[in-house]
Amino acid sequence: MSVRLRVNMIKCTGHGLCAELMPEFIGLDPWGYPIVPRTDVPEDLADLAPRAVSDCPTLALLLERGEHG
Amino acid sequence: MTLSTLGEPDYRLDDSTPAQWPAAELELAERIAPLPRLLAGLAEAGSRQTGLTAHERVFGPLPLPWDTWVDARGWNLGDSRRSGPGRRSRADRSRSASRAAARLIDVVERSGLTGRGGAGFPTGRKLRAVAEGGGPTVVVANGAEGEPASRKDRVLLTRVPHLVLDGITLAAFAVGATRAFLAVHDEAQLISDLEATVSARNVAGLDPVPVEVVGIEPRYTASEQTSIVQYLNGGPGLPTFTPPRTHERGVAGRPTAVNNVETLAHLALIARYGDHWFRQAGRQASPGTTLVTISGDVAWPGVYEIELGTPVGHVVHMAGGPTERPQAILVGGYFGSWLPAGVAWPVPMSHPGLREVGAAMGAGVLVVLGESSCGLAETARVLGYLADEGAGQCGPCIFGLPALADAMADLAFHGDPAAAGKVAGLVPLIEGRGACRHPDGATSLASSALTAFAHDMRWHAERRPCYGVRRPPLLPVPPDVEYW
Repeated sequence: MSVRLRVNMIKCTGHGLCAELMPEFIGLDPWGYPIVPRTDVPEDLADLAPRAVSDCPTLALLLERGEHG
Repeated sequence: MTLSTLGEPDYRLDDSTPAQWPAAELELAERIAPLPRLLAGLAEAGSRQTGLTAHERVFGPLPLPWDTWVDARGWNLGDSRRSGPGRRSRADRSRSASRAAARLIDVVERSGLTGRGGAGFPTGRKLRAVAEGGGPTVVVANGAEGEPASRKDRVLLTRVPHLVLDGITLAAFAVGATRAFLAVHDEAQLISDLEATVSARNVAGLDPVPVEVVGIEPRYTASEQTSIVQYLNGGPGLPTFTPPRTHERGVAGRPTAVNNVETLAHLALIARYGDHWFRQAGRQASPGTTLVTISGDVAWPGVYEIELGTPVGHVVHMAGGPTERPQAILVGGYFGSWLPAGVAWPVPMSHPGLREVGAAMGAGVLVVLGESSCGLAETARVLGYLADEGAGQCGPCIFGLPALADAMADLAFHGDPAAAGKVAGLVPLIEGRGACRHPDGATSLASSALTAFAHDMRWHAERRPCYGVRRPPLLPVPPDVEYW
């Protein structure tokens, strides 16, 4: 089962917690908004993904499970 | 004129090949087989709007079965007033309406019609998805042309509104909609004219689901389909995050088909003359005709109907040809891309044709930029306008677009040698990161300018004077916007 992360940019206010939690996967742009790769979360980071989602103060991070083309 | 005087009780949309058409319909089809199609009514009306009588003389009656009616649960085929042994049950009448609706969707799918609002999504597939959503659905016609360089939707709405309204009713029939909206720019004259047209049709009993005309803010982000849906649901006219997609959960939480008004006008003709007729124009992979708005340095700027696949250069000549040596062409509008004139000239105006050269159809906009203009200055002004036009919801758009506009202005007006690098560096930080396509349009415009005007860029960076900067702007932007 693959896991992907997606940001709802309308909700995101750039707290940056997700990038702090998963710096290997999530970067920040010059304005502090997360840059989330549109690829599967690497397996060794997959455990952190649900925490990043639940820790987001604006609930802007979404977890998408399943097969992706 | 009422529907019952139109006679034909059976829906004959399936398998309608020219050979099977009745003589009267064939004659009509032949009359409008050559171009123009959508704009065929204009000749009848002169400079005014094509009235209902002229509309029906040119195109024939609305091809809805004469005994179509709608109740709270949906569409029905069969006279509700009939009583006695021949009277069919409601379930029968509703089933018979769904079968006819499914045939209409089949014809639209076979025609290969794609959305004319910009994205080019197959219309038949969209209608089918909404129809299969189940329960009463909603149809929204998007006539709120958000692209500043496009005039085609306005031409349809002001000159041949009956074609658009026919399309709305046919789409409502196809998906079983019990509510239908026509979203246009919030302008008093436009709305009162359309409302008068709608009530004339209601008096004639043409639209079983009355069309509600809605005025929305005349800006791009308000004309995006999720914005219109949110506005119709009582919220602000701003884009929303997807999913849920509009065709799954839209107005009032129901499956909602949002279609551009030109798409619906094509639908009104396909329902009349069939998919074979539709495919007589255009190319195999991109059938039919499309409206284009051409402006800039051409003799006769305006809205033209072309076969899809017509080379860009040919379209420029339809508009009287260039008025000075063309340097570049803006294809697809303010959310499109610049192509050097020599590259653009032979390219077919179609989704696949333009994709091949890294451009997109958009809403069918062409702006010809003559040699005396400065493409960088034009781009900088438009980027400033687009930065101002954002919905202000997504960080990368709120901060990225002004930064992009400033960098392009530095490049165009201040000869900053580092500016081109800044523009190129900002593009990946903005592209694809908004809830809607607004930021992507701006990045596409900016990065195509870096390629198409690479020569000018070096010129500007060396701080030499560029006379084009002093030319009055070619691309119109609303006058109350501060650009730099």
